[in-house]
Amino acid sequence: MAGEATDAPAQRRQWTVSRRAFLGLGSALAVGGAAAGLGGERLVDRAAAPRPAADIVPFTGTHQAGIVTPAQDRMYTAAFDLTTTSRADLVALLRRWTVMAARLTAGLPAGPLGPASGPADAPPDDTGEATDLPPAHLTLTVGFGRSLFVGRGHDDPFGLAARLPGGLVTLPRFAGDALDPARSDGDLVVQACADDPQVAVHAIRNLSRAAFGVATVRWTQLGYGRTSSTSTSQTTPRNLFGFKDGTANITAEDSDALAAHVWVAASDAAADTTDSRWLTGGTYLVARRIRMHLETWDRSSLGEQEAVVGRDKGEGAPLSGGTERTEPDLSRRGPSGALLVPADSHVRLAHPTTNGGVRLLRRGYSFTDGNDALGRLDAGLFFVAFVRDPRTHFVPLQTRLAGRDAMTEYLQHTGSGLWAVPPGVASVPLGRDGTPTLTPAGPFLGEGLFS
Amino acid sequence: MPSAARAALPAAGLVLVAALTGCVSNATPGAAGATGTAAAGRTVTVTSTADACTLSTATAPAGTLTFAVSNAGTDVTEFYLLSGDGDRVVAEVENIGPGLSRELVVQVPPGRYLATCKPGMTGDGLRETFTVTGAGATADPTGAAAAALASARTTYVAYVRAQVAALLPATQEFAAAVTAGDDERARSLYPSARAHYERIEPVAESFGDLDAELDARQADLAAGQAWTGWHLLEKDLWPPAAAANGGTPYTPLTTAQRAAAATDLVATTRRLADLVDAPTFTVEPFQITNGAKELLDEVATGKVTGEEEVWSHTDLSDVQANVDGAREAYVAVADAVRAGDGALVDELDQRFANLDALLAHYGSAAAGFTPYDELTPAQVKQLAAAVDAVAEPLSRLTAAVTGA
Repeated sequence: MAGEATDAPAQRRQWTVSRRAFLGLGSALAVGGAAAGLGGERLVDRAAAPRPAADIVPFTGTHQAGIVTPAQDRMYTAAFDLTTTSRADLVALLRRWTVMAARLTAGLPAGPLGPASGPADAPPDDTGEATDLPPAHLTLTVGFGRSLFVGRGHDDPFGLAARLPGGLVTLPRFAGDALDPARSDGDLVVQACADDPQVAVHAIRNLSRAAFGVATVRWTQLGYGRTSSTSTSQTTPRNLFGFKDGTANITAEDSDALAAHVWVAASDAAADTTDSRWLTGGTYLVARRIRMHLETWDRSSLGEQEAVVGRDKGEGAPLSGGTERTEPDLSRRGPSGALLVPADSHVRLAHPTTNGGVRLLRRGYSFTDGNDALGRLDAGLFFVAFVRDPRTHFVPLQTRLAGRDAMTEYLQHTGSGLWAVPPGVASVPLGRDGTPTLTPAGPFLGEGLFS
Repeated sequence: MPSAARAALPAAGLVLVAALTGCVSNATPGAAGATGTAAAGRTVTVTSTADACTLSTATAPAGTLTFAVSNAGTDVTEFYLLSGDGDRVVAEVENIGPGLSRELVVQVPPGRYLATCKPGMTGDGLRETFTVTGAGATADPTGAAAAALASARTTYVAYVRAQVAALLPATQEFAAAVTAGDDERARSLYPSARAHYERIEPVAESFGDLDAELDARQADLAAGQAWTGWHLLEKDLWPPAAAANGGTPYTPLTTAQRAAAATDLVATTRRLADLVDAPTFTVEPFQITNGAKELLDEVATGKVTGEEEVWSHTDLSDVQANVDGAREAYVAVADAVRAGDGALVDELDQRFANLDALLAHYGSAAAGFTPYDELTPAQVKQLAAAVDAVAEPLSRLTAAVTGA
């Protein structure tokens, strides 16, 4: 492969330039205002800089990134349990993570020295495996689990019980749940999404390194192949059942639906008995690790598969007719009186009209974690949804699906989690080099919870 | 039971409810076996609109044909291949929504036919003459396959009734032992009584909530859902240690609770018996074969993992019963399939024999089986592989039957 050998170095060089470009240029993109006058002179090659701008998702903003951001191709999500009972330690961790996330999402190394400089007698402050890779639209989204507020033994180590938002409930047991505690819950969650899995894994690895002594990884999940579109600019991908998934999702362009179904409003805090104003502008992240029984699914006939889903397999059109984007006609019947979209089909039971009008912003990924002892793929869908209130937007829907959806015969929920996702941060302090830097009083994700 | 209570017999709207000659339901040519492959180059496209039924050709040579029907209208449509006099349906596909397409694979002998689209699904429809020429392969010239399928229905209905007829007294005997507090006897009766149920479980699943009432596992239940049936009593007869009970000590049923659960089990079983004994009870050939496949799915997702009999560990008894029921369903239709797909019949015969031989290492229905928790991981994997070996060709049986 002579061609590959000659091409590769050139490509690597270009990426190196792209990443380093943000030592200066990135500051403007990532942190706004204060960066304007800084650091352009350190750019390696200004001419190469414009391209990577398209690979960066701004970290700062009203809402955290990684929610309405057009779904990247890969996901690596990690849940953490705190090993400290010190509120100050927790705040310090969140502050470290915030700065680190601002840097990583801009394509910068985790620390100011980077993976290959600094004292030879000290470990590098970045692990290094993303050095030559582009920012790849990396987003990092942080959430807080119920156990952070009430503790795992129903104590309140951080003094946060009075700030527990009403929607951060203990999810009920749903029919057929086979949840593994080691794949469920967690005091904190970080969802890393990127177009390159190594960029996402690099981010989680460096964040977990920064947490040693304060928090440990409870579980992680690698997802490949997005199963949802969160922008009208994206085509609908297919899940491991081979069907298009997420056709009727809420998109970033649909601001009315986002306000109604995704972002927590000030009025939601007013309805809580606790002081949950800190979550206004945030959302809730629901995750379910759903194993698919692919072997038995693959043995079911095309007709059964389509009846289970309620859509045709090729186009993704509802069985009541039309094309992929046609609204299902749930009342349409065939000549024998049978509903064209069957009564126990997934599309019908998950449809907003069956669920009091609620909609979810879905952002799931396929996963394959090797195989089980019987030689079957341990594969399925890591379901991720962002909702305004799980009590209205997830629990009733999942109760209905778990009890009646024909698809449940081919599914087993093996992991679960629910976290409150605080709003974004408006800015991040910059150091002398123009990049996000840790300061004693800098803003951090979830700051409102501790004020 | 499966992880959710659902009608086991598939939505009739999607499976072609055809005359007993010559139609293959929804098959994707080339994917579903020999019939589809043969049809790949012999496709007639049909476009159905509000006022036209347009065929890509008005003639075709005899043999296996694929009608690729697209609904270009705004109403739901159907497509029929009628005999030349319009009196007899040779094959049909129904419930094609606007914009959707369906394929119909059918073996057609020479002759004159009426290709008919029925947009709006009423009236005589839009009829086009369609001529099948030559002396190509003819479908079931003597009517033997049709007769074999009719016989299959009779045979299978009789089997279901016989199993339920045995299930009811066996359940009563078990319930009596439970109520009398004779746990040892109840434990010995449990696997053999259930076997009659496990052989015909897809039939019970077709009757709404009956399967959930009789056979729900605790793991199937949602928060607050009432638990009835076999597994409630299983847990009480094989009470778990706290560690196997979510960390809390198991609370035995009271005498009254036990008696009520036993009475309820018998009453629900009697409802099942009444339903299958009704003169109107019948099964379509595709329901027989889909039921066989579902029994093997049950084994693959529940029994071979030890999740079905989590307290008694009598899973292998259920496996044998599921396999027996699947084999009985298969044998009922085998004669109808043999002429069209002899290789499938040979393969299934061989693989059922292998699975039976493997199960025989661990016991028998009469003598009982090795408890699941005494199997090694290698033995479980070997068993799962033997089950998959049957399930894969078994999944092709429905298409072979509807195409017979």
